Amino acid sequence: MNIFVCIKQVPDTETKVTPNGDGSYIETSSIKWIMNPYDEFAVEQALLTKAANSGSTVTVVRVGGVKDTEALRTALAMGADEAILVESGDNLDSYMTAKALKGAIEKSGKTPDVIFTGKQAIDDDCLQVPQLLAQMLGLPSVSVVVECAEDGGKFTLKREVEGGALEVYEVNSPAVIACNKGLNTPRYASLPGIMKAKRKPLAQHSLADVGVADSDARVKYSNFQLPPEKPAGKKFDAMDEANQASVVAEVVKLLREEAKVI
Amino acid sequence: MAKVLVFAEANGDTVKSVTFEILGKLAGHDVDVAVVGDMGGNAVADLAKFGAANVHNLKGDNLDKYSPEGYANALKDFIGSNYDYVFAGATSLAKDLMPRLSGMFDAGMASEVTNFAFDGDNFAGTRPLFAGKVLAKVELQGPKPHFVTVRPNALGLPENPTAGAGASNDVAASAGEIRAAIKEIIKGASEKLDLTEANIIVSGGRAMKSAENFKVLEELAEVLGATVGASRAAVDSGYAPHAMQVGQTGKTVSPSLYIACGISGAIQHLAGMRTSKVIVAINTDPDAPIFTKADYGIVGDLFTIVPILKEEISKILS
Repeated sequence: MNIFVCIKQVPDTETKVTPNGDGSYIETSSIKWIMNPYDEFAVEQALLTKAANSGSTVTVVRVGGVKDTEALRTALAMGADEAILVESGDNLDSYMTAKALKGAIEKSGKTPDVIFTGKQAIDDDCLQVPQLLAQMLGLPSVSVVVECAEDGGKFTLKREVEGGALEVYEVNSPAVIACNKGLNTPRYASLPGIMKAKRKPLAQHSLADVGVADSDARVKYSNFQLPPEKPAGKKFDAMDEANQASVVAEVVKLLREEAKVI
Repeated sequence: MAKVLVFAEANGDTVKSVTFEILGKLAGHDVDVAVVGDMGGNAVADLAKFGAANVHNLKGDNLDKYSPEGYANALKDFIGSNYDYVFAGATSLAKDLMPRLSGMFDAGMASEVTNFAFDGDNFAGTRPLFAGKVLAKVELQGPKPHFVTVRPNALGLPENPTAGAGASNDVAASAGEIRAAIKEIIKGASEKLDLTEANIIVSGGRAMKSAENFKVLEELAEVLGATVGASRAAVDSGYAPHAMQVGQTGKTVSPSLYIACGISGAIQHLAGMRTSKVIVAINTDPDAPIFTKADYGIVGDLFTIVPILKEEISKILS
């Protein structure tokens, strides 16, 4: 099988995010970059699928800035066979990203049997790229996948929807599968894996190389700002058993009469 | 004036509340609603009450249940060049469907806006990024129609909705080829509203100590008609499933009341719940970061406070 994984590099979840000087994006100079957490499940599922189908290869593709290629190296160290990086600026929109991924996959010369992605990137939180990529490649897609079984190119997938309910899909290869947390337990890169990753092929393309132009931009962002801070709230000490009942009664009264939410 | 279509989901006579929020915000525009599959007459009446001029009901083979391709194919044919904007609530279904549909038109889409306005025919929205750590203005360009999904509970319902004609109209639609189809639906453990739609959320953190202990939160939630959530620490410790996780790698929520129990308030958790209208925090650590976001903070042990809270609330609600 030709297995592809699309990954993104994002700021670590513990990063404090602040707007940049002109509000055109965030300040990126002192950020710790990580592989998008949902993409780790995609890489792991690709490696599991490879292990179950001998002769398969896993190609990992990323579109993004080149300040740091940590995410791709991590995927290679986990066991992916080769990597493709499409260089772009920060905050490329979903349409351009999907188009660049499509171009990079086609340029690789391999016809994908399955493409794994994370269900969303935790930077722009758009949840568009997997479905857009599937549409652009003319493939079916299933998103928010929490269980994935494959037998002879036929995938049985559980997609999580509202209230934790699961939709069970059957879809034949080729398809795009967008992975959620809980799908598997991503492996850590071993030391030999990290050493080997350094010698694995990493192709680099520009956006133009993969057929993406400025005119493909669909979303325009501006005015990045911090959300308004709330005024300080009221705090009550109820560590002492003697005043617990009165504190709770007071808070319930405030919820009822001041906040009017119950 | 822009021609706007709102994609709505109807379960019999019930339409998701976010649809009414969107219709309310679109007052003054020429707005139609499209629903795929069967819907009840009361649903049409409700949609009219909130401003729908026409309610188009797309029906055809294999459209009785959701499939990404079937719904997208049917809507693509119906939309054609008839609309400038297509709106939908950011539900599980629409978050899956709308990107595919926008791709069919090579069109742009703004995901999960929390507010929006039109300047003439031009849309401008506000959306949170990085799970709400920052907000940005979002505009769309390129081929029409432009697509927008709106986060539930963000706009609020209009107080005095402007009614529309609500002319109901059946449209024969084709699902086309469906390669990814639902074979079965496994119901969730909870029949409660999903976290993203819930009006009240009671959430537990690491201090819950076990999955069994979530029962104390469920009892409070029962009294309030609330949905139970969890922090990443609680999920990673195996106390709650990921479907319940609130935060940057879980769900971003904005209920009218969020009660955080034994949650310290890691930055990625605060990002996911800070837009809640009123926040109550219960924690033994008076310096826990969660208190900086709380409207009402109770420094105390959740296992003693939550049962008292439940009693007090049931008293005033009964």
